[in-house]
Amino acid sequence: MENKSLISITDFTTDEILRILELAEGFEKTPEPHILDGKVVATLFFEPSTRTRLSFESAVNRMGGRVIGFSDPNISSVSKGETLKDTIRIVSNYCDLIVMRHPLEGSSRYASEVATVPVVNAGDGANQHPTQTLLDMYSIKKTQGRLDNIDIFMVGDLKYGRTVHSLLQAMSPFSPTFHFVSHPKLRLPDEYKTFLDSKGVKYYEHEQFSDLIPEADIIYMTRVQRERFSDLMEYEKTKDVYVLRNSMLEKAKPTMKILHPLPRINEINQDVDQSPKAYYFEQARNGVFARQAVITYLLGLKR
Amino acid sequence: MEKKELKVNAIKDGTVIDHIPAKDLFKVIRILGLDRIETPVTFGTNLDSKKFGKKGIIKVADRFFKDNDINKIALIAPMANLNIIRNYEVEEKRPVELPATIKGICKCMNPKCITNSEPMTTKFDVISGDAVSHNVSLKCFYCGKVTDHDHIEII
Ligand SMILES: [Zn+2]
Repeated sequence: MENKSLISITDFTTDEILRILELAEGFEKTPEPHILDGKVVATLFFEPSTRTRLSFESAVNRMGGRVIGFSDPNISSVSKGETLKDTIRIVSNYCDLIVMRHPLEGSSRYASEVATVPVVNAGDGANQHPTQTLLDMYSIKKTQGRLDNIDIFMVGDLKYGRTVHSLLQAMSPFSPTFHFVSHPKLRLPDEYKTFLDSKGVKYYEHEQFSDLIPEADIIYMTRVQRERFSDLMEYEKTKDVYVLRNSMLEKAKPTMKILHPLPRINEINQDVDQSPKAYYFEQARNGVFARQAVITYLLGLKR
Repeated sequence: MEKKELKVNAIKDGTVIDHIPAKDLFKVIRILGLDRIETPVTFGTNLDSKKFGKKGIIKVADRFFKDNDINKIALIAPMANLNIIRNYEVEEKRPVELPATIKGICKCMNPKCITNSEPMTTKFDVISGDAVSHNVSLKCFYCGKVTDHDHIEII
């Protein structure tokens, strides 16, 4: 069997994505604490991301596997100037699968070419983070009971937000309707609009969204980083427009859920946390199941 | 006019590459590795051209290029013409063809791309330009970013 990796969400066909979501559901319902007995997974974090690393390590541990790796490149051979290729070739000998995060874009794709074991991309700079997309889709399916015909609001930084770009691509086969809510400076790039047009997906762009919330099945909030604005006055003026507050949710559908890839800064007010519509913490929990599914699928333990 | 020009410094056998934009002549020489070969190479530049004002031409004696190699120059000289010469006659004349993918040769313009920090070969999908400018751009296989024509840098 060829050595299959997951670097970008487009590495999986729609059927494979659906299969991963099924497997994730299976792991949530029936833990399989021994399926990774005797297996070693390496988590190579060339830049720190504690939450993502813990989620992967939790996934491996829940299946009886062992974890090796590093969470800080400063204490590893990387700081001695070893090439990525050498690190990956060597670590390939020590483990059955590599999970890696790296600040440079394309690093995971390159690692998958030189590795002799499957590689899971846990983020390569601003480029890809496919397991985030899978856990987002799992959360949508779980809360809405379906993936088809979902009305999804994406709010915040739509220009640089890689989670937004991957999610809209992966959801496009399921006839979604998108509402893109952002400051004009952080609008969705044209290449993604062209993509949606080519797939016949409906989308609308808005600069504010409080009146539109009753239409939403999912509100996907993202962080707006101050660094994106050269004019800080503009940032200060606009940041409140893209903040979700509990009072805005009165007329929302009872089944509507709020997602966020986390960490949040202030774009979801703390008063939303008590709302049954707040789903971002469970969403993080779903990440463990989605990662269990990806790991066992790539290792050929699940088909 | 063109015929006449070819006859000046005519070569017996080899390859003549014509219609190279004058400013890109040295890039073409580097892509084809003509700065490192032993056989005679002559080139002319800043010659008048109806198509681009100033053009360059390269004549390489006793060398016939593989399609794969020669088509690489389409990246920067998409209008270039190849003349295969045998026994002083033009045996074949054809335009260069843009390859679908390209390995090596160019740098990715994204400073945060892995190809700019590892000793590795770059890989790109070639995106052809519009009919007017013919400007080719390159999509990096690794980081996915597009390097536009003006930023194509030969390694
Ligand atoms: Zn690149």
